[in-house]
Amino acid sequence: MPIGDEILLDVKDLKMYFPIKSGMVFQRKVGDVKAVDGISFTVKKGETLGLVGESGCGKSTTGRAILQLYRPTAGQVLFEGENLGDLRGNKLRKVRRKMQMIFQDPYASLNPRQSLGSIIGEPLVIHGLAKGKDKQERVQELLRIVGLNPYFVNRYPHEFSGGQRQRIGIARALAVQPSFIICDEPISALDVSIRAQILNLLEDLQEQFDLTYLFIAHDLSVVRHISDRVAVMYLGRIAELADRKALYENPLHPYTKALLSAVPIPDPTVEAKRERIILTGDVPSPVKPPAGCNFHTRCPMAIPQCSQFVPPLVDKGGRHHVACIRV
Amino acid sequence: MAPLLSVRDLKTYFRTPDGVVHAVDGVSFDLAAGERLGIVGESGCGKSVTALSLMRLIPQPPGRIVGGEVTFDGMDLLALDEEEVRSVRGNKIAMIFQDPMTSLNPVLTIRRQLSEGLELHKGMSRSQARRHSIELLRMVGIPSPESRVDDYPHQFSGGMRQRVMIAMALSCDPQVLLADEPTTALDVTIQAQILDLVKRLCVERRTAVILITHDLGVLAGMTDRLAVMYAGRIVETAPTAELYENPKHPYTIALMKSVPRLDEERREKLFVIDGLPPDLIDPPKGCRFAPRCFAVIDKCWEEMPELMRVTEGHNAACWVDVSKGRS
Ligand SMILES: Nc1ncnc2c1ncn2[C@@H]1O[C@H](COP(=O)(O)OP(=O)(O)OP(=O)(O)O)[C@@H](O)[C@H]1O
Ligand SMILES: Nc1ncnc2c1ncn2[C@@H]1O[C@H](COP(=O)(O)OP(=O)(O)OP(=O)(O)O)[C@@H](O)[C@H]1O
Ligand SMILES: [Mg+2]
Ligand SMILES: [Mg+2]
Repeated sequence: MPIGDEILLDVKDLKMYFPIKSGMVFQRKVGDVKAVDGISFTVKKGETLGLVGESGCGKSTTGRAILQLYRPTAGQVLFEGENLGDLRGNKLRKVRRKMQMIFQDPYASLNPRQSLGSIIGEPLVIHGLAKGKDKQERVQELLRIVGLNPYFVNRYPHEFSGGQRQRIGIARALAVQPSFIICDEPISALDVSIRAQILNLLEDLQEQFDLTYLFIAHDLSVVRHISDRVAVMYLGRIAELADRKALYENPLHPYTKALLSAVPIPDPTVEAKRERIILTGDVPSPVKPPAGCNFHTRCPMAIPQCSQFVPPLVDKGGRHHVACIRV
Repeated sequence: MAPLLSVRDLKTYFRTPDGVVHAVDGVSFDLAAGERLGIVGESGCGKSVTALSLMRLIPQPPGRIVGGEVTFDGMDLLALDEEEVRSVRGNKIAMIFQDPMTSLNPVLTIRRQLSEGLELHKGMSRSQARRHSIELLRMVGIPSPESRVDDYPHQFSGGMRQRVMIAMALSCDPQVLLADEPTTALDVTIQAQILDLVKRLCVERRTAVILITHDLGVLAGMTDRLAVMYAGRIVETAPTAELYENPKHPYTIALMKSVPRLDEERREKLFVIDGLPPDLIDPPKGCRFAPRCFAVIDKCWEEMPELMRVTEGHNAACWVDVSKGRS
């Protein structure tokens, strides 16, 4: 399906803070983990938006807050124009059916005591989509779609390899015919030789079922392969957001540049000639993020003004958005 | 000149309730002084067991080195008694692991852990060892090492702990450093720092390195020579540049084509290696890759290929010369 102009998901200034409490008996709030600290982006129907960044920068939290698994601290999530924050109960469940998630850990995300039939069939029952024989047939069809043998319905997760379990998770997500899927590191836990199988499957399914993806990963090579547009996160904020080609061929934010230069390329001749930007120090804590631009403590281009105010994400032309006063 | 370390037909098996796991099943390679060798292969192929065998750290039972020879600096490593092994391990051959917490003791200060080897192997006094420990921390880039040396491991970030491990491994100036997935658990920007550090220190000290990983990108920039492992055996070995330019074994070829590259705009779907690695309890009789191979011929099912010469220094264990299109 070609990517149209229709906006499926619109995230506006989303914030997700987790309170830090202290005290043995009377718990007092002593601060916040600012996991997601004011991010905005849109996802068009049929496109794949890659969300990359280092561990702890808030990628998974963003995904969960979009699905309203957490109630966001501030900001809005509009799905097909509806503000999810305004919806409750049945109405929210109805919209949520169209939004599914695939998780990183295919071991932890499947209940070991449920057969494949009940894992994949459960969402059909919950949403009242099929029961009895219909349900059984639908489950078998889903197994076939994700490349598993339909006879597996009565088997249990422990009988399957990591890649096969990830397929089971994908079948479960597809069961309710969603239009939008958040893939949270769907291949990170898998073996190298299995990753390509799952990536290709996700691409085939996107085409077959007109799916829109938010693809969360820390592997920048994989994100380049699968995404149409890419957002780079650092410490709860978006540093840069651009079309795939622009982001990889002409990165503007100093953090994106450093991140890309750090990724090893499987080619000794290329590696021998590469100039790495080695960032010093560790990522600061999201409890006390640096003032102003939160990257300024590690940024090779920082000037005094960088610590004074938060740089807005601005369009530098051609939908290439950057949050940096130095570019 | 005789190699520093020479491994011949190493076999390490594990006895399990389901049968005997042929984890390492006839591995041979040489390592010259100052050389950097990479071992690559997917999960479970026997990389760690190979390294642990060299360090004589195989838990027995269930494991046992059942055959082969390991010669290091004129010594037969497999014939040493426990006390002799201790004088080599951590001293002449040192190891860093994927998870620093497996080698750092959480209840001892960094100083205690760094000093131990220095006092034991180098005969330093406590105060000498303390001063030297501070120098080591400075060498691996820990800021204000004088005050950090008395900290406990949990007070350090993941990247800093990995630096401490490197400091510990290099403290006695080993001739061989075994690095088993030293950066797999780290973010790319931290990975770049750590790899940069390992390479610089080992070049300065002419330390030979065996670097184990499943990441073909990391190996491209870090090694002189590569060994590709599959199901307990080395299936191809060549100088790094030659291996990337002219891979011969179908597994190596497939592996390289199945990973997306950061520096390439996508052109097509990823190459998929069908199926899964074989069960090492009852490995196939012929070539272990045959069931997944795109170039398989009848002979592959019957007879296991040994490493055969392709060009000087380049060997592949395959009956088919893929480049000549014979299949
Ligand atoms: N339920 C929670 N309570 C408190 N803090 C949380 C919670 N969930 C996440 N955090 C914190 O929020 C920050 C962002 O976490 P998140 O899991 O979103 O990161 P991520 O980008 O997905 O990282 P990774 O790549 O490691 O999965 C981290 O500092 C994390 O410790
Ligand atoms: N203590 C043990 N008992 C039984 N089997 C073992 C034991 N340790 C390792 N094995 C088996 O030996 C084989 C090789 O394991 P090894 O740890 O060397 O793999 P690896 O190549 O290092 O994989 P990874 O990339 O996941 O670290 C595996 O099949 C593993 O299950
Ligand atoms: Mg996450
Ligand atoms: Mg291992």
